[in-house]
Amino acid sequence: MAPREPLVEVHGLENRFGEQVVHEGLDLSVRAGEILGVVGGSGTGKSVLMRSIIGLQTPHAGQITVFGQPMIGRDEEDAKNVRRRWGVLFQGGALFSTLTVAENVQVPIKEFYPGIDQELLDEIAAYKIAMVGLGSDAGAKFPSELSGGMRKRAGIARALSLDPELLFLDEPTAGLDPIGAAAFDQLIGELRDALGLTVFLITHDLDTLHAICDRVAVIADRKVVAVGTIPELLALDHKWIQDYFNGPRGRAASQIDERETREGTGA
Amino acid sequence: MSEVAGLSQNVEGGRCVLRIAGNLTILRVRKLSEQLEAIEAETIEVDLSGVERMDTVGAWLIHKLERDRGAKIVGATEEQQVLIDHVARADQPIKVHRDPEPLVYQFVGRVGDATQMALSTMLGLLGFFGSMLISCGHIIRHPRRFRFNAVVTRFEVVGVHSLGIIGLMSFLVGIVIAQQGAVQLRQFGAEVFTINLIGRSALKELGVLMTAIMVAGRSGSAFAAQIGSMKLNEEVDAMRTIGVSPMEALVIPRVLATVLLMPLLGFYAAIIAIVGGGLFCWFSLDIPPITFIQRTREVVPMTDLYQTLIKAPVFGLIIAMAGCYQGLQVEGNAEEVGLRTTAAVVQGIFLVIVLDAFFAVFFTEIGWP
Repeated sequence: MAPREPLVEVHGLENRFGEQVVHEGLDLSVRAGEILGVVGGSGTGKSVLMRSIIGLQTPHAGQITVFGQPMIGRDEEDAKNVRRRWGVLFQGGALFSTLTVAENVQVPIKEFYPGIDQELLDEIAAYKIAMVGLGSDAGAKFPSELSGGMRKRAGIARALSLDPELLFLDEPTAGLDPIGAAAFDQLIGELRDALGLTVFLITHDLDTLHAICDRVAVIADRKVVAVGTIPELLALDHKWIQDYFNGPRGRAASQIDERETREGTGA
Repeated sequence: MSEVAGLSQNVEGGRCVLRIAGNLTILRVRKLSEQLEAIEAETIEVDLSGVERMDTVGAWLIHKLERDRGAKIVGATEEQQVLIDHVARADQPIKVHRDPEPLVYQFVGRVGDATQMALSTMLGLLGFFGSMLISCGHIIRHPRRFRFNAVVTRFEVVGVHSLGIIGLMSFLVGIVIAQQGAVQLRQFGAEVFTINLIGRSALKELGVLMTAIMVAGRSGSAFAAQIGSMKLNEEVDAMRTIGVSPMEALVIPRVLATVLLMPLLGFYAAIIAIVGGGLFCWFSLDIPPITFIQRTREVVPMTDLYQTLIKAPVFGLIIAMAGCYQGLQVEGNAEEVGLRTTAAVVQGIFLVIVLDAFFAVFFTEIGWP
């Protein structure tokens, strides 16, 4: 994919909690149309980075630009116009527990575009729910009646309800069984192709990285130490990256990837 | 020909040709869907060549025209066609609303649920009381298993930390009773009987009852929330696998501490209420403290104190048991902790008041004035 203008740009980000410095001089850009995987050891601040970009946390220093507009220090009303252009999937789905799945999907639409009649809202909710691969009876269910994987799908349906250009996913495959995780990877890839999404994806899952990510950003030592495709990263001489991709699990995932590529080109 | 906000309508060769221009997105969808509904033509052709941006909601409208009115789509770019196809694939029967239930069913169902809930809770509490007694038996036979430190920690949390709030509350209740009583008794010129009112009601009923309510709100809820979140966190299960009985480690220290401290707190509350009432009498009714104390000693029988001291540990037992029981019932999610905590307080206070009524009848029957 040809490099296009960046949708998200982070420059010189600094985050600290008390004495503990999480980020220092962190730079990152997300290009339009790509799936960017963000990896890093536990506690390196992957989620904190996401929360900083989407404005849930005010960083100590640094610049964050989304869709070419600076995000830090904007007032709430102003930021709303940017917010409707992105969708966020939190780790547990973060569905509103008192609302059914369909109502959850309708919440952002009702908030940003009041006055759309209920019939059309129901239709929109229905096709969004079908789009993320939930069954026919899922719409009327409450989040507590869904399994973990279904809850994440419902969370994606809500994140997609405003047709965002940019999607933030926080560990979408964590806690799913391998079959469910693979299906979820496929779903993200399909949605990206159909809707032209840009995806910022935090993950621990090596299979996800190999399957759908265009580029991978590695967070270590309080900043992004490298960004690139997996072969590019493998060529780097960084201990954590080598351990990560060349550890026993990393090798297994890349072997599957190679086999699939070979079969793909052979057929 | 009509044209509204990027939608133009032409009749060409018997067909109605719709030309949509500009952005076909959720922003325009409300107006557009009304306009599309209003079109009555039989055969429709939709020309999308003027569309700049399209989102899934726009694609959905186009798909609906295609599906319901047999419209022919022309002029869509490849990307737009992909989007329309994608939405069309997602057009599956999806249930969005719950099937409504007849009102009668709902009502009967709720009454049934509530009844079943009340009965099962009562049974559960009874069973819980039984298993607690068994654990007590174990501890008596193996005194080394008794967790002295845990009990002392609870003493501090349940007792010492609540002295301030219970004192303040009792002081104010004492003043209120004195003031309200004085206003009524003044009509008969019997202001001096305010002392009877304060002394007897505080020592016999109000001190211990108000303390029970405060302890239920403060400690009963805390027990339910603590044990509930430990249950969620699988700490309770971990305890079991290690061989530590949750009953001995969590429940008995809490229950014992509450049972032992409730008489002390109840007595303290009664005395503070009497002090509050006494001060009011002194300042407002000009009854000097010495008279107040003397009169209190004359009119308040010792049995009033015995009543408080008998009732208090029972109330403590009920409050702590309701708290621990509800905490251990937590299953599933964090929301449950909140529900169970509320249930612990409501049940604790409810049972205390019911039992208080029984105690009142009982003590009257055995001849305690």
